[in-house]
Amino acid sequence: MNRRTIRQLTNVLALGLSGLATAIGLFLLGAILWTLIRNGLAGVSLKLFTAMTPPPGGSGGLLNAIYGSVVMTVIGILIGGPVGMLAGTYLAEYGRSARISALIRFVNDVLLSAPSIIIGLFVYELLVVRMGHFSAIAGAVALAIIAMPVTVRTTEDMLNLVPQGMKDASTAMGAYQWRTITNVIYPAARSGILTGLLLAVARISGETAPLLFTALNNQFWSSHLAAPMANLPVVIFQFALSPYPNWQQLAWSGALLITLSILILSISARLVVSSLNSGGRH
Amino acid sequence: MNTVAAIDPRHAAGQRLRERVFHGATFLAAVLVLALLGGVAVSLLAGSWPAFVHFKLSFLTREIWNPVTEQFGALAPVYGTLVTSFLALLLAIPVSLGIAIFLTEMAPAWLKRPVGVAIELLAAVPSIIYGIWGLFVLAPVLQRHVQPWLIAWLGPLPLIGKLFQGPPYGIGVLTASFVLAIMVIPFISAVMRDVFETVPDVLKESGYGLGATTWEVIWQVVIPYARTGMIGGIMLGLGRALGETMAVTFVIGNAHRIGSSLLAPGTTISASIANEFTEAVGELYSSSLIALGALLFLITFSVIAAARFMLLRLERRALSSV
Repeated sequence: MNRRTIRQLTNVLALGLSGLATAIGLFLLGAILWTLIRNGLAGVSLKLFTAMTPPPGGSGGLLNAIYGSVVMTVIGILIGGPVGMLAGTYLAEYGRSARISALIRFVNDVLLSAPSIIIGLFVYELLVVRMGHFSAIAGAVALAIIAMPVTVRTTEDMLNLVPQGMKDASTAMGAYQWRTITNVIYPAARSGILTGLLLAVARISGETAPLLFTALNNQFWSSHLAAPMANLPVVIFQFALSPYPNWQQLAWSGALLITLSILILSISARLVVSSLNSGGRH
Repeated sequence: MNTVAAIDPRHAAGQRLRERVFHGATFLAAVLVLALLGGVAVSLLAGSWPAFVHFKLSFLTREIWNPVTEQFGALAPVYGTLVTSFLALLLAIPVSLGIAIFLTEMAPAWLKRPVGVAIELLAAVPSIIYGIWGLFVLAPVLQRHVQPWLIAWLGPLPLIGKLFQGPPYGIGVLTASFVLAIMVIPFISAVMRDVFETVPDVLKESGYGLGATTWEVIWQVVIPYARTGMIGGIMLGLGRALGETMAVTFVIGNAHRIGSSLLAPGTTISASIANEFTEAVGELYSSSLIALGALLFLITFSVIAAARFMLLRLERRALSSV
């Protein structure tokens, strides 16, 4: 075999392996989705959305867990979202070149990838120990702390995309900076910021570790924010590891539910971005 | 309206006040980011203080973990965390590199976006889903088809044979590493794809112009150029693997011991905390668990900080070359 053939064979082999790696990645996504659909679909019925989590062996649904997840995710994003937007605004506008901004960006990036179980421990020390018991509000705060760095990052990136000319035009009209930001920059970056919020919701709605020691779980219906509250991830965790078939079935259905909603959220966030991009080009 | 604003001094004062309030609010929110990290560090330190005072440095060097006699050492979970993360990277790096190469150098334009999005969706799947999938699907497959093969062929070998002995449990260190690898692949490949895309076309074209094959251009032009960013991406994946909790908790078996075999059950820092924290009775027990959390924080903080620093340097270089 001459050198040329060897080089071409290496090329074909290496590129073939790269294609194989991609196929493995796609296969895994497919395998996970297929498992969820096959095992989860059997338990999907009206009861899943209307009945409480049952005792072992009894029949029931996931209503209290779904409700708890929605409540804590909504409160989490209501706290973490606006605070994150303000911080992102500081980094992109007021403090764009301040020395402290470089440090804040760095720390925010660290928080962005910090283990979520550590955030759970922090909120446990901060709220649960002081209040003396687990509570939904502690769970929501833990989720807010996870949502915040995501929002800071996306807000800063999106505000930076707004053309400097628009900001200058507003300033030239005599507007104060807050007016420029709220009346010109925010509307211009609206879809981008919305995408960031959607991604933050997708991120926190599946989080389990930070809820284990904050919201804990609740077998029953509770709308009391100062009491432990059921939520989908922790219910899935407990039911999947239980020996009871009816609990395991609910765990699979819950898993299907949560994955589908997160995938839909992530895909719609991407659609917003791509409609934004194509809108910009015309 | 704005002309009125300029004439009316009361209106102007109101505008200035709002400007100060808004500026202050954004600044406070930004400083809150710093305060959060500080708060996490302080609360972990305060919570783990009793354990460190009681066990001193022996906390880091002992394998024992006995809630009944209240003897705790961090060696087994720290070992488990490091080993599972290392193995996960070993498995994930080649696959991620392959995906990044496929997406940047091989895929036709119409295929790039859907495949890229599919891989990114793999990152959006919550970790608890990987946990139940790993326990009910992957572990039985490994137990039936992969582990007996490893035991039969690699077990008798000298040196590395020790890693593949014992019964095939299904769950254990190796299974946890597999699940972790699957979870970090989308993160590492996304960063690698992004850094590969920063390689100037001129460099690649000069490679092709000299008659290099696609692979030679990738290996000798793209990868050397993107090296720093690739390492940054790998470290980000490592940070993710070190702190991953739920998926590992499902499949590692939760045994506080250091087994020589990768097929045996073990534990990691985050799995120990997730499993035991709500049931920990007594100050020393929960303080020891928080001390584990403090160790995890220290390890991941250094890894993530190093990764971000590398990616930041790369960004600066990219900016200065424009």
